[in-house]
Amino acid sequence: MSTKVRKKGEKKSYAYLMPFLGFFALLLVWDVLARFSGWSREVFPGPVVVLVSMGELLADGTLIRHTVASLFRVTVGFYLAAGLGIPMGIALGMMKTARSLINPLIQFLRPISPLAWIPLAMLWFGIGDPPAIFLIFLSSFFSLVVSTTIAVDGVNPTYFHVAANFNFSRAEIIARLVIPAIIPEVVTALRMTVTISWLVVVAAEMIAVQSGLGFLILDSRNALRMDYVMDGMIAIGLVGLTLDFLMRQLGDLEAARWRKMTH
Amino acid sequence: MGRINIEKLNKTYANRRRDPRSDDDSSLRQGDRVTVLFDIDLNILDGEMVCFLGPSGCGKSTLLRIIAGFESPSDGRVQINDKPVKGPSADHIFVFQHSGLFPWMTVFENVGLGLRHLKNRRDRHEQVSEFIEMVELDGFEQHYPRQLSGGMQRRAELARALAVNPDIMIMDEPFSGLDFLTHMKMREEVVNMHSFIQKTILLVTHNIDDALIMGDRIVILGDSPTRVIMDRTLDFPRPRDFEKSSELSMLRSELFLMMGVNYAV
Repeated sequence: MSTKVRKKGEKKSYAYLMPFLGFFALLLVWDVLARFSGWSREVFPGPVVVLVSMGELLADGTLIRHTVASLFRVTVGFYLAAGLGIPMGIALGMMKTARSLINPLIQFLRPISPLAWIPLAMLWFGIGDPPAIFLIFLSSFFSLVVSTTIAVDGVNPTYFHVAANFNFSRAEIIARLVIPAIIPEVVTALRMTVTISWLVVVAAEMIAVQSGLGFLILDSRNALRMDYVMDGMIAIGLVGLTLDFLMRQLGDLEAARWRKMTH
Repeated sequence: MGRINIEKLNKTYANRRRDPRSDDDSSLRQGDRVTVLFDIDLNILDGEMVCFLGPSGCGKSTLLRIIAGFESPSDGRVQINDKPVKGPSADHIFVFQHSGLFPWMTVFENVGLGLRHLKNRRDRHEQVSEFIEMVELDGFEQHYPRQLSGGMQRRAELARALAVNPDIMIMDEPFSGLDFLTHMKMREEVVNMHSFIQKTILLVTHNIDDALIMGDRIVILGDSPTRVIMDRTLDFPRPRDFEKSSELSMLRSELFLMMGVNYAV
């Protein structure tokens, strides 16, 4: 028997190549489909055409400008949602009366797609960043409130007894018990919602604004440049990948890791 | 001072049963409420180590939680040092059956919880270290609870409880889930600690041997609704060994018989 004993967590050297292999396969299939579909390159551009046009968009700064514009909106909307939603979730988690008052409202508003708000958002906030930011805020706010409330609810009641036993003040209960206890769940919720807000920003930009990746896609469609449309899609995917990677790093912080391995 | 007076304590819970109970167990019925503790009278002296024995689900833990202030009595009163228990307090610390250590804090931070009133950082650091040393966890200050073995977690929790300098320590099955040797060692440590600090300790256990080896006094709760069915002071010298003391071994057989075990080995 020549099987090697490997330590847990130690990956085979080619394991790191697997994700790239997936992308390579996608490119290959795309290329083959584009070549043999019978559609013209204007209708279904292949990877080479798209990469060349991406080079153009990168060179004249268009792609970067639109990506930054989208990221700006997502960042502001997302921070607003997190800054208001998490404290509100903590409050609702800790105060049962407030919860029975507000929770039904949240559950009522939550299933309404942010896109349904577009007409109102444009009417209220005009054209430009504010309506887009408002939509992103809506897309993350309610789910963050709900996830945080559930996380607070799930904190082991023993810890609250311990806190009472050690004469914790209300501020101490929040700062030293509730917040550290819910960080793992909240980080997971943030990871989910950042993806949703990234989905929403593109949709919002197709309607309310004159910049951003959503606008780039819509504008390129009007100009019948499907290669630019695909460039926009690729940029969206890459940014989404990066955002998820960054949120995963957040999950690896010491503060968020205590739950792992606790029985 | 850790004197506890319990007078005519009753605890009833709302009966969640939908269908009516049959009439023959009327002792359990009080309208639609179930009696968990019935007419408990106990006087616990300062510095006493009292072991509570009884079948599972008999209300031992409920009694302790009422003394700790986590629950309130339905009737009767519980006084600590002649003052009624109004709620949880640092004067009577509860050591939980499953770890009550905060998993997001290191051992040092956990033990430091009871010493937050010390504003001087160096004083606090010194005292926390002292308590960590007392339970022989020095070197593990910066470890998180998940990085410790079960026995070490219990010791850390013990250190945290001791650091508050409470009048009373209440332990709910502190040895459950430990392996045999760790159990023996922890038992020894609690006995040594008790003879050293002379605090009132209330300890719930399923283990008759634990109660015999450790207790200054054994209180057996039983029947349903639960009342005190035996309350006995043990004035045997320590260390105790029921293989050598015939009186102790007779008491042991008696206790086993009382709990429904006929041939205890």
